[in-house]
Amino acid sequence: MKHLIDILDFSVEELQELIDTANDIIDHPKAYSERCKGKKLATLFFEPSTRTRLSFEAAMYDLGGNVIGFSEAQSSSAAKGESVADTAKVISCYADIIAMRHPKEGAPLVAAMNASIPVINAGDGGHNHPTQTLADLLTIYREKGRLSNMTVGFCGDLKFGRTVHSLINALSRYEGIKVVLISPEELKLPSYVKKDILKEHDIPYVQTSDLESIMSGLDVLYMTRVQRERFFNEEDYLRLKDSYILTPDKLNNAKTDLSILHPLPRVNEISVEIDSDPRACYFKQVLYGKYMRMALILKLLKEAGNCEY
Amino acid sequence: MNIDAIKNGIVIDHITAGLGMKLYDLLELESLDCSVAIIKNVSSPKLGRKDIIKIDADIPINLNVIGYVDPGATVNRIRDGFTIEKKKLELPEKLVNVLFCKNPRCITSTEQELKHVFKLTDRKNRIYRCLYCETKAN
Ligand SMILES: [Zn+2]
Repeated sequence: MKHLIDILDFSVEELQELIDTANDIIDHPKAYSERCKGKKLATLFFEPSTRTRLSFEAAMYDLGGNVIGFSEAQSSSAAKGESVADTAKVISCYADIIAMRHPKEGAPLVAAMNASIPVINAGDGGHNHPTQTLADLLTIYREKGRLSNMTVGFCGDLKFGRTVHSLINALSRYEGIKVVLISPEELKLPSYVKKDILKEHDIPYVQTSDLESIMSGLDVLYMTRVQRERFFNEEDYLRLKDSYILTPDKLNNAKTDLSILHPLPRVNEISVEIDSDPRACYFKQVLYGKYMRMALILKLLKEAGNCEY
Repeated sequence: MNIDAIKNGIVIDHITAGLGMKLYDLLELESLDCSVAIIKNVSSPKLGRKDIIKIDADIPINLNVIGYVDPGATVNRIRDGFTIEKKKLELPEKLVNVLFCKNPRCITSTEQELKHVFKLTDRKNRIYRCLYCETKAN
């Protein structure tokens, strides 16, 4: 049974297959509108994440399927103390595919080990969030026409930002990738990510705290939010949260075909004035996220022998 | 000091001095009914000092545990007083309930019945990571 727990569960070829399917869905939405007729997606959200849940639900509805599930742990049997393994076994009796969000790292893997239907990790604590990475990859691919030979800047919270680690991981398998890491000292990319991913794949990278000085070399700028919940004390959060605010003047030296991405929600790290700049891609990214989730649901159902396409 | 040679059983030899007790615990030898001897600080031409464990019954032994704790040890099966098999040890790909994940955000921290599984992710540097949260074992 094929699941998506970690972005590396998919080979480069499989990712391309998802991108091709998503592009085909964008071009021919009607052709897909009944592909999952009679199928049920269970959205098991043990912590609230309205944005991700709605994206999965919209994806399933656009495929003609149905959605069951819960949006927080209090309304599920977990509140009565049921294990993730048991929940996965029970839901396997009702649904055809699971999208699971859980505050504990590794919970979706436990579900995958116990379910008899495909499981999609919709975010496990600060660990993995592979469908966000799928959205990022489709956005870059559609903007650039490729996933290789480019310089990608990551800006903001690179220490706790799981979407950053995951995207670096995914891009590390493509040729000609260069990485620029822009963060305050306290939020630098962890050394194990540098060692295990960047050095392991011989990816050239530079670290800086000055966004403007490296702006002109970037093809993609991936902005992130400094998340309050990752800090133990409020003071550190307040001090670091405004480290980088992207304003129009900072884009003076930027390439005309720069693509600005952000996993959203943003707080204030991208000024709203940028929204009308053609280089802003973060709202398109949300839409592409839905298309990639559609492609993913189709692929996993097909591999489970539960869908003709 | 003399410990009788065993006739049928298992001898774990060339254990790094000081690791005998740890292996005894991890292999759960205290639950056995047969005689078990731990001999500590035996002089050895090869190691200087070594520990030896002798088990007076031919029981299945979790070689992964020994491979992880002390890959230089040797495991011999004895039958009728003769060594009939020398087991080769190597770092195991997977360890179950040998290492325990200490990450408070890991699913193993809230679900007590889950087995703690660690996977070998870097053989050269002997690095194991939690199967669930990928936290490095230390
Ligand atoms: Zn763990």
